[in-house]
Amino acid sequence: MDNYTVRRVKDRFMLILVYSVLAIALIPLFSILEEIVLKGASSINLDFLTQPIPTVGETGGGIANVLQGTLIVVGLASAMAVPIGLVSGIFLSEYAETKLALAVRFFNDVLTGFPSIVVGIFGYMLIVLFIGFSVIAGALALAIIMIPVVTRTTEEALKLVPATVREAAIALGIPRWKTTVSVVLSSAKKGIVTGILLSLARIAGESAPVLVTMGYWRWWFAGLDKPAANLALDIFIFATSPFENWRTLAWGSSLILVILILGINVVVRVLTKERYE
Amino acid sequence: MSSHKFEIENLNAWFGQKQVLKNISMKIVEKTVTAIIGPSGCGKTTFIRCLNRMHEIVPNAKVSGKILFNGSDIYNGSVDPVQIRRKMGMVFQKPNPFPMMSIYDNVAAGLKLNGIKNKIDLNYFVKQSLEMATLWDEVKDDLNKSGASLSGGQQQRLCIARALAVGPEVVLMDEPCSALDPAATARIEVLIRTLAEYYTIVIVTHNMQQAARVSDFTAFLYLGELIEYGATRDIFENPKSELTEKYITGEFG
Repeated sequence: MDNYTVRRVKDRFMLILVYSVLAIALIPLFSILEEIVLKGASSINLDFLTQPIPTVGETGGGIANVLQGTLIVVGLASAMAVPIGLVSGIFLSEYAETKLALAVRFFNDVLTGFPSIVVGIFGYMLIVLFIGFSVIAGALALAIIMIPVVTRTTEEALKLVPATVREAAIALGIPRWKTTVSVVLSSAKKGIVTGILLSLARIAGESAPVLVTMGYWRWWFAGLDKPAANLALDIFIFATSPFENWRTLAWGSSLILVILILGINVVVRVLTKERYE
Repeated sequence: MSSHKFEIENLNAWFGQKQVLKNISMKIVEKTVTAIIGPSGCGKTTFIRCLNRMHEIVPNAKVSGKILFNGSDIYNGSVDPVQIRRKMGMVFQKPNPFPMMSIYDNVAAGLKLNGIKNKIDLNYFVKQSLEMATLWDEVKDDLNKSGASLSGGQQQRLCIARALAVGPEVVLMDEPCSALDPAATARIEVLIRTLAEYYTIVIVTHNMQQAARVSDFTAFLYLGELIEYGATRDIFENPKSELTEKYITGEFG
């Protein structure tokens, strides 16, 4: 074989290898999606979205109270995490060289890698031991998981704003903090929103820290100092229950959670695409 | 007798340990165009960034000496650099309109952030600044379009309009045409001559023909030192220093 043929054969071989590995990687993803869609779709109907969890032995029912509880705890967690994460991200990006910034960045990275169950136990020690399983404790644990993600993505988004844009604003006689708030932040808006949405998707799917902070609750939301139902956790409870009706709910809930997270990712895609117009 | 906008006395500037400007003293005449020329790395850009106290925003940057602006030292400890920068517009090498803002908002940005909120005033200043920068006729129907949608030359004129909007006395230009094609460059050069009726202009350029075309005075910097400074015609036709002559005849640079 001459040199050219050898190179062609190698090229083909690598191409086939890459495609087969890709196929192997996609098989689990698609089979999971297929299974969830096939089994979940049939259990989703109006009742499923408007009725609370049925009691044992009852037929029908839905997960409306679960969606309610999840929205409340995720909303509360973001209300705590987004402002803190934003401000920390701004600090890290605009005052990057100070010793404090280096320390904050280091601990932020450590926090990003923290196992979420450990964060949950922290919430348990801090709040649950005093007032019991509660939405407040759950929101705190989820906020702690969310903060480092928001911080990091905000920092990265702000760093992408060219130095020349900052200089232009400073040269106009705009004080530094105003430059940051009105010019730099607005230039990085999309990246920051993307980071917040992705961290939302992450905490919406957390179950372990929810279990040890918010506990288990089958009813409608009853107050911030009480437990509340949660989508990710209830999938586990439903799926491992001995009741046929609940196991159907597990499939439906899984599909809802997947749709939620896929939806967030699609929104993120749309947002980031616009940036390159 | 013409008055001096800037009187620079023994100006030194550093980045960390590296001294980039050495003992520069010169006076800049009001409502003229002064060109700063010299080979890359000679300190031209640092020099004009000292004039509006932009040099010091870089970490570890240091300045010593005096710069009298309208007779008072801008490096006096009690002077707020933010106030100084409002009196001097700056135009950068690459056009840098604010990316997420419309053409209108780009020009209005400096005004708004300096506290002008009245819509009628804003409209007036935006129109006036765009007219001054000879951009108004091209954009008057597209004021809500993104500033980034303009061509390079238009973007640079937008940046000039933005700088003029806050009512500066001085316009500092750091190689404003280096990213532009010859036609856009020619327009900016004409504009610079027009602006010189109202503003004191200091322009850094690596293009000697440009310096000869637009400036009244030229300063030649080499390795951080001011080698020669005088009327542009004298510098180009009758340089006193051998180094200046070598540079403008293209023997090095």
